[in-house]
Amino acid sequence: MEVPILRQGQYLIASIQSALTDADLSHLREALIAQVGRSRCRGVIVDVTALDVMDSFAVRTLRDIAHMARLRGAETVIVGIQPDVAFAMVQLGLTLKGVATVLDLEEGLAFLDGRTKERTLEVKPKRPSGRG
Amino acid sequence: MNTKKGTTVMTRPSEGPGSGLTESSAGLLRELVAHLRQNRTQLREEWARRITRAELLTAMTEEEIFAEATAVYDNYVEALETGTFEALQAYSRRLSERIIPRGVETDEVVGIVLLLRDVLARSLFTKYQDNVEKLNRILDSYEPAANRIANTVAVGFVEERERIIRQQQEAIRELSTPVLQVRERLLILPIIGVIDPQRARQLTEQLLRAIRANRAKVVVIDVTGVAAMDSGVANHLVQTVEASRLLGATVIVTGLSPEIAQTLVTIGVDLSEMATVGDLQGGIEEAERLLADRAPPSPPMRGELPPETSR
Repeated sequence: MEVPILRQGQYLIASIQSALTDADLSHLREALIAQVGRSRCRGVIVDVTALDVMDSFAVRTLRDIAHMARLRGAETVIVGIQPDVAFAMVQLGLTLKGVATVLDLEEGLAFLDGRTKERTLEVKPKRPSGRG
Repeated sequence: MNTKKGTTVMTRPSEGPGSGLTESSAGLLRELVAHLRQNRTQLREEWARRITRAELLTAMTEEEIFAEATAVYDNYVEALETGTFEALQAYSRRLSERIIPRGVETDEVVGIVLLLRDVLARSLFTKYQDNVEKLNRILDSYEPAANRIANTVAVGFVEERERIIRQQQEAIRELSTPVLQVRERLLILPIIGVIDPQRARQLTEQLLRAIRANRAKVVVIDVTGVAAMDSGVANHLVQTVEASRLLGATVIVTGLSPEIAQTLVTIGVDLSEMATVGDLQGGIEEAERLLADRAPPSPPMRGELPPETSR
């Protein structure tokens, strides 16, 4: 099952539509990381709303995507984790540490907007060093 | 009370055993009922008087006691006559429904029924004092029925009480976990009372659902009302915080009492991931700060609402 990867402005959106096998997940990871560089995007959104099960491999793959994308210059945010899935993950100790997660796609876009703005702000102001 | 439900049999060392007795017991019972009907007013008054003297049913006025006594008396006699207890059961259930909210206790209800039994037995003694043998036989048919009636009323009362307790427990369980929205994107979850594993789970589920339903960004969990916390509950709290983060909400825990703080550190629960603030007020202030930090990026999606400029 191929996961469609859509481009929306500066961001890539991967919307998972159904349960994925481990091979599908690996494929998704490779495709996303390849596209991040190719399209010079600043953010990646992985939408997992449709998943009602999340195993350790899936969680690890999502984490890997986030870390790899960061190395390639893009922020990653996971959106749409269901309440039940979230609690099950926590009980299994799969907490996606260091990876941003938000409620849904809308929040994800807002989050990335905020992040990229922050980053441009960090770069832009060229103040004389030192503050007093 | 050492009688079993339903089958109350009191054998007494009587002169007239077995065979002859069962033949005439129906007749004796009829005679008994006729006697009780005849002396209704007098026995009823005597009973009500003894209830007042024993200081039972203090929550009710004398007129009320008399009215209830009349109804109980009639039901009592009817149950004696027919040997069926359904009507009495139904009546005792209705009676319990009426008097439980007024604070009538189990011992009072058992007490008044036993008093009635005593009053009636006394009147039988008086009536048949010249004929001991007949008195014995009358008592043989009266006592099992009377005991069974006492049992029925008491059980009815206790069952009603238990039903009310169950109902209240249910209500408390539902009430005990309100997730409140204070303002847009900010939820408060005040936890009060003892947290057992089942309740902890329910709390988490409700919170996670509410986060999604209200699109919450920040949640303040206030544990001021929690008296004690063991490692199980503390770990559950940590898990709840983690799960909320997966839904994109930041959790602030407030109101950890000195005792709980000491316990948690002593038993070594890792709370480093958890944002904690001293009291609820501080927690809400902190939450508003977080919301203010995050607010700017969201407006442009929908054009309906202009960003709030004046207020």
